[in-house]
Amino acid sequence: MTADGSLVWDGGFAPSLDCRVSVPAEPASANEQAERRRAAWMAAAQAGDRRAYERVLADSVALIRAVARRQGVGTDALDDVVQETLLTVHRVRHTYDAARSYDAWLGAIAGRRAIDVLRSHGRRDRRELHDEIALDQHPDRDDASVDAERRQQARRLREAIAQLPPGQREAVEQLGLREQSLAEAAAHTGRNTGALKVNLHRALKALRGHLHGED
Amino acid sequence: MAEPRSNDSLIAALSAELVPVRRLLPPWRRTLGWLALVVAIAMLLFAHYGDQPMLRRWAGAPDLAWAALGAVLTAVTAAWAAFTLAVPGRSRAWGWLPLPPALLWIGASGLGCLRTWLAPGTSIATLHQSADCFVFIVAFSIPLSALLVWLVRRACPLRPLLTAMLVGLASAAASASLLEICHAYDAAATDLFTHALAVGVVVAANSAMGGRLLSR
Repeated sequence: MTADGSLVWDGGFAPSLDCRVSVPAEPASANEQAERRRAAWMAAAQAGDRRAYERVLADSVALIRAVARRQGVGTDALDDVVQETLLTVHRVRHTYDAARSYDAWLGAIAGRRAIDVLRSHGRRDRRELHDEIALDQHPDRDDASVDAERRQQARRLREAIAQLPPGQREAVEQLGLREQSLAEAAAHTGRNTGALKVNLHRALKALRGHLHGED
Repeated sequence: MAEPRSNDSLIAALSAELVPVRRLLPPWRRTLGWLALVVAIAMLLFAHYGDQPMLRRWAGAPDLAWAALGAVLTAVTAAWAAFTLAVPGRSRAWGWLPLPPALLWIGASGLGCLRTWLAPGTSIATLHQSADCFVFIVAFSIPLSALLVWLVRRACPLRPLLTAMLVGLASAAASASLLEICHAYDAAATDLFTHALAVGVVVAANSAMGGRLLSR
């Protein structure tokens, strides 16, 4: 308990580890119960219980945001950390040990993803600054060169889409380029809407990385 | 193109594609799995060389036996630490686990080196023989590291560099332990230097590649 009356949770991390989360003062037993509940949901999710999985992920969002804030992630990037963390949790959910703290497990993943997001935003900010300077110093260009640049950008985008794995490429083509609804795309591709959404999310991340040179 | 920014829609999508998963075995069980390969190689070497040359050398120079014990314990603890640190939420302090056996390994090898200096009659490895030791340690470390990296990647190493260093240390220590079985020379400065160089090369190579190999 800190001086301002809030409980400081360190989720069982080593003293040198960087993610400590402040949560509003609440009876300790309520916090413990909530954590035990999340641990039980995650254990059930490992066995394939979708409702438990939905609950534990929804319950995790506030914890991820708290970790990201403590790492210095700005409000505008919090959702990036939340979504990257949720995707990682999905990929590595088999590594959760039900006998251990769920919050410590999640906090470690969220802390790592927060650092990744901070780094990628730092790179983008630096690049954008360079771009502005370049634009200021560049003489006005005629319409032909603007057109040529647009064509080049479109070609780079087409190439980047072509390099995506088949499932992701399909999601971008159906949902993005042909502007089909989820239901139409699902009917057209024979995949369920959930898989299409996840594929689109991953594809957009990969394309951002490719076009901004983040890979 | 509308990006699905909403966390709720991502949660719904991830839940929709949920399938049951087999929980990862505890780190100590996974460590035993890797050590099983090391033991199998040791058995083959024993079958070929027998245990007498090793035991005779140890009887003549007990510090070599201590160095070998240190190397074996370093391999076990470094692999255990690597498997543990690959699970999110585990304390970074696990990284210190191989330090005491590594100090025993280095300390006892150093003592052997000093003894050779004080009693110059013992058989000392020539530069050529030392080069053989180097090749042995590096050659055995490559498959042992590759297997360890493959096993560790099945978890989620959030500290790839530290994990990679532990992988390198475990493989190099295991190779040095195996070398004990067929090692015909006493620990001399050239030999110790070769060992240190080989261990350093293995740890450095793993660290250099670790970021890419182990990132998830």
